[in-house]
Amino acid sequence: MNPRILLATARRVLTQLRHDPRSVGLMVLVPSLLMVLLRYVFNSGTAFDRFAPALLAFFPFLLMFLTTSVTMQRERTSGTLERLLTTPAGKLDLLGGYGIAFSVVSVIQVTLAVLVSVWLGLSIAGSFAWLLLVALLSALVGVALGLLASAFARTEFQALQFMPVIVLPQFLLCGLFRPREAMADVLRWASDVMPLSYAVQAVNRVTRDPGLSTEFWRDVLILAGCTIAGLSLAAATLRRRTD
Amino acid sequence: MTNSAVLVSGLRVVRGGTEVLRDLSFEVPSGTVTGLLGPSGSGKTTLLRCVLGVQKIAGGTVTVLGRPAGSPALRSHVAYASQSASVYDDLTVVENLRYFAAALRVPAAEVDRVIDAVDLASYAGRLTARLSGGQRSRVSLAVAMLGAPKLLVLDEPTVGLDPVLREELWALFHRLGATGMTLIVSSHVMDEAERCDRLLLLRDGKVLAQETPDSLKQRTGATSMEEAFLRLVRAA
Repeated sequence: MNPRILLATARRVLTQLRHDPRSVGLMVLVPSLLMVLLRYVFNSGTAFDRFAPALLAFFPFLLMFLTTSVTMQRERTSGTLERLLTTPAGKLDLLGGYGIAFSVVSVIQVTLAVLVSVWLGLSIAGSFAWLLLVALLSALVGVALGLLASAFARTEFQALQFMPVIVLPQFLLCGLFRPREAMADVLRWASDVMPLSYAVQAVNRVTRDPGLSTEFWRDVLILAGCTIAGLSLAAATLRRRTD
Repeated sequence: MTNSAVLVSGLRVVRGGTEVLRDLSFEVPSGTVTGLLGPSGSGKTTLLRCVLGVQKIAGGTVTVLGRPAGSPALRSHVAYASQSASVYDDLTVVENLRYFAAALRVPAAEVDRVIDAVDLASYAGRLTARLSGGQRSRVSLAVAMLGAPKLLVLDEPTVGLDPVLREELWALFHRLGATGMTLIVSSHVMDEAERCDRLLLLRDGKVLAQETPDSLKQRTGATSMEEAFLRLVRAA
């Protein structure tokens, strides 16, 4: 890892975004608008209180997965990835740079979504900062999985097809629709190994519990571990020599 | 230490079950502008990727600046511009170069130098996507020139350029060659062969000839490079 190349990569990705204000606008505003939608779909404060926290973890995960897998795929098809791999830049300088840049976007995205949710009546028993931390980790897991998924896609179109495969099962099993304990055993085991389950669990803990439990920190560690594992696996799929 | 920048021996590449490069051997002397010529599909790009060390090979050796191609130590000394401009369309010219300069750990002052060298100073602040095809490939060329590499590998850098610009680029290649840099420049246009110090003619994954343009014409008795190539093909 070379900090200079790492930061240059993060800055480059952010500069690319700056030249694309429409995408930035969508990324930043859409989760908040969806929270508004959700509030009035339920049309009840109690139901919103129950479902909103999970979605505060899910939206950053989903959007960062999509953004990353498409951006990375573009980097592959344009030949810039191959070019970078012939320079002294390390693989983790590139992937880490993406992680940093998209974290910046996620923080803005999530802060706005949380503020809007509170305005819509969501009660948060714990601290705002920890909620932000979990949502950010959830976004980073999305980045890591997106980078990994892009390795198995040859086109941007294929990269998009991985969304229902990787994201939707996690959404269905994360405990939003049914408590995870109430699911069939096989599904509960599956949800035990899905990162989104822990993000949703941790967000629920922050919004419902004023103190921080050991379980909360365990969830945070699991999410951080998933991010590191995802990035390392993604780095392993970047080959300097190809066919 | 030999005086060749690139030494290839018995190189074989198989892609998708077909042999793309077949037992290739050649050398590229240091400080020359070597033209890699051959029709489309003759294996030029694959060969250049081997020199760069990014292509999986089935056999043989590729030695670049005294080391196996693709060695980490070569990453600061070998630069490549692929046929399609490998630059970020959603960055401006200068933003592209600043980023690649950082990745190559090259001083930022290099950025202005290479932009001038490819004559894009008046477009420096323009988004790369808004440039013409020829201008985009010059951005890509500028990236390859960052940090004065010892070996510059260029895949069809003059395609689609107007004759004046083509002339200018070839003059630039020779100026770079005069500084001791080695250049390998591929092209499928035979009349560009005349502009090279040395030629490497490729057809169906095999080397047809490696010599100077003059000796090739003399040997085949042809008056143009096109004709020389045809005679070689027929004789083979």
